[in-house]
Amino acid sequence: MEFETVIGLEIHCELATKSKVFCSCSTEFGAAENDNVCPVCLGLPGALPVLNEKVVEFAVKAGIALNCTIHKESVFDRKNYFYPDLPKAYQISQFHKPICEHGSITINAEDGKEKKIGITRIHIEEDAGKLVHNEGSTLLDNNRCGVPLIEIVSEPDMSGAEEAEDYARKVRAALQFAGVSDCKMQEGSIRFDVNLSVKPKGSTKLGTRTEMKNLNSFRSLVRAIEYEQKRQISVIEKGGEVVQETLRWDDAKSKTIAMRSKENAHDYRYFPDPDLVPVVLTDEYINNIKAQMPQMPDVKYKIYTQQYGLNASDALRLTEDRQISELFENAVKAGADANACANMILVDLYALLKEQGCDISGVKLSYTDIASLVKMTKNGSINNVTAKKVLAKVVQTGLSPEDIVKKEGLTQVNDIGEISNIVREVIKENPQSAADIKAGKTKAASFIVGRVMRLTKGKANPALVNQIIDEIIKSE
Amino acid sequence: MQLYEMSAYALAGMIKNKSVSCLEVTQAFIKRIEETNDTLNSFLTKTFDSALKKAALLDKKLAAGEDIGALGGVVYALKDNICAKDVRTTCSSKILENYISPYSSCVYERLDKAGAVLIGKVDMDEFAMGASNENSAFNTVKNPYDLTRVPGGSSGASAVSVASMQAAFALGSDTGGSVRTPAAFCALTGFKPTYGTVSRYGLVAFASSLDQIGTLTRDISDAALVMNVIAGHDKRDSTSLNYKPFDYTAFLQKDLKGIKIGVDRNCLSSGVDEDTIKAYENTIDVFTSCGAEIVEVSFKMLEYVVPVYYLIACSEASSNLARYDGIRYGVRAEGNSPEEIIVNSRSKGFGKEVKRRIMLGTYALSSGYYDAYYNKALKARRLIKDDFYKVLDKCDAYLCPTTPSPAYKIGEKTEDFLSMYIADIFTVTANLAGVPAVSFNAGKNKDGLPIGMQLSSKALNEEVLFKAVYNYQLAADWHKMRPCI
Repeated sequence: MEFETVIGLEIHCELATKSKVFCSCSTEFGAAENDNVCPVCLGLPGALPVLNEKVVEFAVKAGIALNCTIHKESVFDRKNYFYPDLPKAYQISQFHKPICEHGSITINAEDGKEKKIGITRIHIEEDAGKLVHNEGSTLLDNNRCGVPLIEIVSEPDMSGAEEAEDYARKVRAALQFAGVSDCKMQEGSIRFDVNLSVKPKGSTKLGTRTEMKNLNSFRSLVRAIEYEQKRQISVIEKGGEVVQETLRWDDAKSKTIAMRSKENAHDYRYFPDPDLVPVVLTDEYINNIKAQMPQMPDVKYKIYTQQYGLNASDALRLTEDRQISELFENAVKAGADANACANMILVDLYALLKEQGCDISGVKLSYTDIASLVKMTKNGSINNVTAKKVLAKVVQTGLSPEDIVKKEGLTQVNDIGEISNIVREVIKENPQSAADIKAGKTKAASFIVGRVMRLTKGKANPALVNQIIDEIIKSE
Repeated sequence: MQLYEMSAYALAGMIKNKSVSCLEVTQAFIKRIEETNDTLNSFLTKTFDSALKKAALLDKKLAAGEDIGALGGVVYALKDNICAKDVRTTCSSKILENYISPYSSCVYERLDKAGAVLIGKVDMDEFAMGASNENSAFNTVKNPYDLTRVPGGSSGASAVSVASMQAAFALGSDTGGSVRTPAAFCALTGFKPTYGTVSRYGLVAFASSLDQIGTLTRDISDAALVMNVIAGHDKRDSTSLNYKPFDYTAFLQKDLKGIKIGVDRNCLSSGVDEDTIKAYENTIDVFTSCGAEIVEVSFKMLEYVVPVYYLIACSEASSNLARYDGIRYGVRAEGNSPEEIIVNSRSKGFGKEVKRRIMLGTYALSSGYYDAYYNKALKARRLIKDDFYKVLDKCDAYLCPTTPSPAYKIGEKTEDFLSMYIADIFTVTANLAGVPAVSFNAGKNKDGLPIGMQLSSKALNEEVLFKAVYNYQLAADWHKMRPCI
């Protein structure tokens, strides 16, 4: 039997506000344990929450970025459950009346066409603290308590890991571009829960779903989905039934582990938080935010392909990350060739980032560096090989490309006389190659070029070298 | 007359014109507490050292010609669910027995700034759940008018401290009558303000949508003086109203002409005892003699107020009290897992009544029961408010007894919690509707026990309440009743 997979995603994203959602404590990542706390986020007796208006603004921005209806009235509810990392034993969230609903985002479906993924709702909530397990003891770090989150709940519109990944990347990009979150995976500022079920192909009846919690990278998202769909299919094929349960993805063991079944599911006893008043927004407020919205990735994509003449794949990749797209756009605006910039970022820079295992926010690089490297290559003052080397040095040292080129004497050799001398010398040492070239063997030519480049430490203008070899051989 | 017998108003005046020093006043109250507290059991934490220091400081300021504030040198007590920095806040619960608050409530800050001197924290029903003060995990607090009787609750010891002259005034909290009931049982003036006029910041929550800090004073003038200090918008409480602050003392005007007092004799059939009915009729006569107009009204939703109140209060409480899990502060019981620690700490830390209400509220909020109980109660609350406002469209203030009967014997009702709940019938409406209400002493029964009457009005119409009670207290002397202790 053939099966179809049905996937819905819940994305938790930390908002990039300076202070927490219901108190004025800092949200800064990496502070010493329990430094960013106060009576409110510690849930001390008698302390009361006061909503940070910036959080509402950011949630509205996220809603606009994801094409949602923004509700003029939304209400905070309490989600009640006991856990040591939850100081009040309830999480302030929005259940009955979320701030945004009915959104959507377009992804590239598995058949290569565009596909709209529905967004059910976006609501505001507070994060919990962190348990730190030591040998024989568990400690509590409450710094994360009360850090503002939005939860973005999708419709069950995705049919596989690839679509889910694309959706997650699109949502992440939209949030980044809207300026509401830095979405740093490694700091846990964006996390995914997957709801997944399988059903016989063509069937309209949904299968029993499982929920996988807290996936914190695209890689684990994809692997977890691939594992879980296979697991569910094999359960059914063996005549069994999928059990509705909550699972945890163990990345090291590459499998899902049961956390709790439906029978043991929490009854959160949601009810409106009597300590807070409804969030009431005016049309004017919403329209003001709409007017301030920066360009979204889909708009940028159009500009990149239509105005800048990039191909679709490059344009797509450049609009996946806000910092990358800013780097690209600013370099182009500084007068560098768009395709050359795209190439340098997507090929050379990405290779460097992969090598160093970090993302763009972890390196010292400005758009002026990209622009000058592209320009220097274009006007022949350095060649492509040198450009790559210099880029690596820029990333490493933070020095400007000009300084590096000057300091290391990497300026391309364009002196015909100088190159001709070297070419003659190489030909003289390799008469057989020269004969081969004459006989039309192109391989021999690249051997000569290689020798010349080695002797010039890669600085000779390769086009010029080719031309000169050609001329010299012909004239002999 | 002893210093501790003086009203807050009188003390503030005497201190300002230097006929007495702050230190003398504080010492007089300390002495009084030392003489009487073993009998009455009102204090849980005494702050004598800091009180004496503060008094000395105020005297210095006064000598230097500085303003020491509207309540400069006036001694007061706080219910033990209101936080003052570095002072124990137990809520009369074992689970918080040694909890010292690292921050201060809004009301404490304001009183401190206005020169009031905190003499200690007083007992209460555990987490303010109760109407007799018998649910304290620590003390059996006695009614100074009859030591075998309860002082009322949940702000029982707040009332006792003022009635027995251990403090010039006290603050309590009122979720369903917890300021007004003990005021009625102890012959005091107990004021529950409009919801949102006094900040709840630093008041340990019982039921957030109903809780309001109120005053326990000898008379309405003292209530006005204290309210002037503690009321007003506070941005740390999202439910705090942003309104133009009142001058409560300006409401104390001798004239009730044109004021309509709503009288509801139908309510007297709800188990009200004979002496209380007599006091009710006498109160009507006093208001008539003061020039008020008496209008007959009927509050039809009265029969629903108690069940609706308990559903809402317990639901909110079940969530508000969930944070006491033994993990971060308070009593922690042993356990092999976080879950066991939480279960054991709560089992050991909470008393019977608190557990009963947590379970009731948890049930009412459970999925499958939410609509039948909590949500229905919310809708009924709306209807109750609407109906009460209809009554208040016909009159300026609604008059009813504060409680169906005066103080009962300690232990008399402890086994019958439902009859205790039902006795809240006259007080919970003000909390459900968010309106102000005041209880004032209006007589005594054949055993010499005080009888309280209650007036309530529309939200933010505190003026009519203060005016009416002021005139009543000019005309009748019941607020001057003092216990023989």
